Amino acid sequence: MNIVVAIKHVPSTADELEINDEGVNLDFDEVDFTINEFDEQAIEQAVLVKEASGGEVTVIGVDVIEELDGVLHTALAKGADKAAKIVGDLEPPIDSHTQARWLADAIGGLTPDLVLTGVQAVDDLDGQIGPMLAAYLDLPYVGVVTGLSVSDGTATVHKEYAGGVMAEFEVNLPAVVGVQAAEKPPRYAPISKIRQMAKSADLEEYEADENVGDSGCEIRKMAKPVSAGHAEMLEGDAEEVAEKIIEILEERGLL
Amino acid sequence: MDAGLDKVDAIWEKETAIIDGIDISGPWNRMFEQRVIWEYTPELIDKVADLPGAESFSWCYQCAACVPVCPVDMVGDYGPRKLYRKAQTGTDLQSADDLWLCTTCMNCVRVCKKVVDMVQIMPAVREQAVLDGFVPEELQKAFEDTAKYGNPLGQSQRKRAAWTKKSDAPVPIIKDVKRPVDVLWYVGSYPSYHPRGIDAALAAARIFHALDIDYAILGREEKDDGDSQRLAGENGLFEMLAEHNISVFEKYEWEQMVVTGPHEYNAFKKEYAKLGFERPIQHYTQFLSDHLDRLSPLLTHEVQAKVTFHDPCYLGRHHGEYDAPRALLNAIPGLELVEMGRCRENGYCCGGGGGGMWLDSFTQNHTTMRLSERRVLEAAAYGADILAVCCPFEVSRFEDAAKSTGNDQLRVLDILELLDMSMRGEI
Repeated sequence: MNIVVAIKHVPSTADELEINDEGVNLDFDEVDFTINEFDEQAIEQAVLVKEASGGEVTVIGVDVIEELDGVLHTALAKGADKAAKIVGDLEPPIDSHTQARWLADAIGGLTPDLVLTGVQAVDDLDGQIGPMLAAYLDLPYVGVVTGLSVSDGTATVHKEYAGGVMAEFEVNLPAVVGVQAAEKPPRYAPISKIRQMAKSADLEEYEADENVGDSGCEIRKMAKPVSAGHAEMLEGDAEEVAEKIIEILEERGLL
Repeated sequence: MDAGLDKVDAIWEKETAIIDGIDISGPWNRMFEQRVIWEYTPELIDKVADLPGAESFSWCYQCAACVPVCPVDMVGDYGPRKLYRKAQTGTDLQSADDLWLCTTCMNCVRVCKKVVDMVQIMPAVREQAVLDGFVPEELQKAFEDTAKYGNPLGQSQRKRAAWTKKSDAPVPIIKDVKRPVDVLWYVGSYPSYHPRGIDAALAAARIFHALDIDYAILGREEKDDGDSQRLAGENGLFEMLAEHNISVFEKYEWEQMVVTGPHEYNAFKKEYAKLGFERPIQHYTQFLSDHLDRLSPLLTHEVQAKVTFHDPCYLGRHHGEYDAPRALLNAIPGLELVEMGRCRENGYCCGGGGGGMWLDSFTQNHTTMRLSERRVLEAAAYGADILAVCCPFEVSRFEDAAKSTGNDQLRVLDILELLDMSMRGEI
């Protein structure tokens, strides 16, 4: 079985995010990039499926800032068999629609039985890579998936709804699945294995077609949220604080 | 007990024993029965001892001298001899929770007649466990954060020098200084990011400035030393960080290095040296005690307090430095230094070493209290007002422990903070 995982390289939220001078996006020179956390779940789920039912896992992503190699080497160290990147004269931001188009072009040639991707990414919370991949590849799509097993050309997937409602779907393969969480937490890739991959692995490259259109959406303004209210800190010893709490609760008619 | 056995002097013996057709029944026939220990194979001991670095595990003759000095045994059921016995009786250390409880404090090696060296054994077995995919979750996060961000706190690498903005003393960054300096100060991850660590870093900056030391820091080029990650089994991560740090150290000209933390001291002095980096390095307590003639006159304000000192394992036992921190404390006017029972060579462990810093919840499931809590109780029992430390792992550990054991009256301060207080009169 041929499993493909589409991943996204996104700004790291460990950094304090700065807005660029134009006020329309992040200052990408002042932020590190990391793998989208939902894609990490998708990789784990792919490796779990491979371990349970056999197959080969290929991980592919758009190399937005030319630093995707480390992410791909980590995926290989976790159990992926092949890794590929979409390259070109690229600069962030590259919207989900464009990335989906490029990914679909590359993935189409890989004749996948199953395409996994994170259900959404922290950079735009658009959640469209999965559905668009499915549309471009003319495959069924199920999103917000928290578990998946494969047998006889069908995938059984668990989907999570609001309010703790779970559903089980059967999907004919090939299909695209948007992963919310893998059945197990993502495994650890020892650095020595990652470094070994960095020395030995061949990363396949696909040229990005710069003629594909973008999403048609334009960010007009980006700003940091302004804090609206403040927490009131109660000072004093335990007795005094307890009295103040009672006072506040009474004031609001809660006692 | 099986039928056909008699109890003689608290030992069960067979009523009759026939060996090779000869009836040898009698009170001595237990000599012909296998002792319990022979029912086990040495395979699981060999599994450990066959790993490079872990050979000494098989040297244990179970005298158990290590058990009463093991800080984990004091709050649980542990110690090298016990691990050996468990391996003999069927426990595979590589997949046992026991693997992650050792803090590599080295007190067992100190008393071991056979030099069974847990400081080598533990990282070797843990490395195998990590390669096989068995890592406690909290530790995995610390590994991943260190790999991604260069520090186990998961903070941005770009912000590594952000603390300097709070400093009233100048903190030069070596890249900007553009000339050789006398002292390269390796700040370390916790003093760079942890709020209480930053307090110590700010104090150090004021002290270095007051002493007119020509120093600089590496700023965002500095990354975690990686030694505790190595001891926790991530040798590849250690190598990656060591290669980075050594290349940065060698990029600039400086006479000597001063480090804030004992773990960094151990990393550079012992482990980076194996990779070819051999330069003069001092822990800050050593550096400042060498400058006591100039520092003492600056310590003008009394610190009226009963202070006890916690020897960091990686400065004391691992490197034999017990005097420098005490020389600094004794130089502070008004300060009364009281020693705890477990001090110097037999100093207790805070629980943070060997990866323990990132295994708090895991360890808690196997111990009756945190090691840091045990230590704080000891400090409180000696009537100390202040528990002085000189390892960046310890301030937050002991402060939390003081609160969780109801000893809020006990202040936990880095020696740097105490010196700074005496210098500036702000207590």
